[in-house]
Amino acid sequence: MNELRRALLKGGTAAGTVAVAIAAGLMRPSQVLAAEWNKAAFDAKSVSDALKGIGAASPADSKDILIKAPDIAENGAVVPVEVTSRIAGTQTIAIIAEKNPQPLAASFDLSNGAEGYVHVRLKMGQSSNVKVVVNAGGKHYTAAKEVKVTIGGCGG
Amino acid sequence: MAEPMKIRAQLQGDVVDVKVLMNHPMETGQRKDPQTNQTVPAHFIQTVTATLNGRQVLAAQWSQAVSKNPFLGFKVKGGKAGDKLVISWADNKGDKNTTEATVSG
Repeated sequence: MNELRRALLKGGTAAGTVAVAIAAGLMRPSQVLAAEWNKAAFDAKSVSDALKGIGAASPADSKDILIKAPDIAENGAVVPVEVTSRIAGTQTIAIIAEKNPQPLAASFDLSNGAEGYVHVRLKMGQSSNVKVVVNAGGKHYTAAKEVKVTIGGCGG
Repeated sequence: MAEPMKIRAQLQGDVVDVKVLMNHPMETGQRKDPQTNQTVPAHFIQTVTATLNGRQVLAAQWSQAVSKNPFLGFKVKGGKAGDKLVISWADNKGDKNTTEATVSG
């Protein structure tokens, strides 16, 4: 009788510990994810919300951002976008396809000698501006280029 | 399991020109399977990091708008031949891949 009671007590404590461990284990990855992947900005449905999400609500126009992308993209599933920022101290380059369901496509943090240059291929649902936002020393600059898409890249 | 990336890191003057090709479906979560008419769940790379000789040079965050089998190009100043370049990605399903390359002169 007494032994059973001991066993039950022990079992109860062990189960409690496991539950705490699981809770702690579950907390960690979600916190890391939140810090690394900017969910609010990437889930934003409008360009202004996406800009707010990356902390660049009103970037200034700049001629020192060069965007190389096709004028007419025959295939919206693969639109090459090449961005060169001549702004000194470029830290972050964000690329926004204005009319995509979630406009923010990608953002790049550059450090330790990485030049203000990135080259990626994006999917674009329809013709729209490709907007680039550069963060240099806490100030935000922007430039845009129109890409006409003949076949959208979202329907597959 | 994810296949390794194809990485080319070429020295041009003192700038390392890096080109990476990754193997990933990059599903948007909006496409429908034509046979079953079911929406294919989103499956895309969310974070990409690159280090040169152990120092982080690039940390990227991507959405589903990056094309299938993504291409990434970037440049790093101050590299030399033989430097070690390590590129890693992680996707929204917790899949990960890390590939190493050496800078060629």
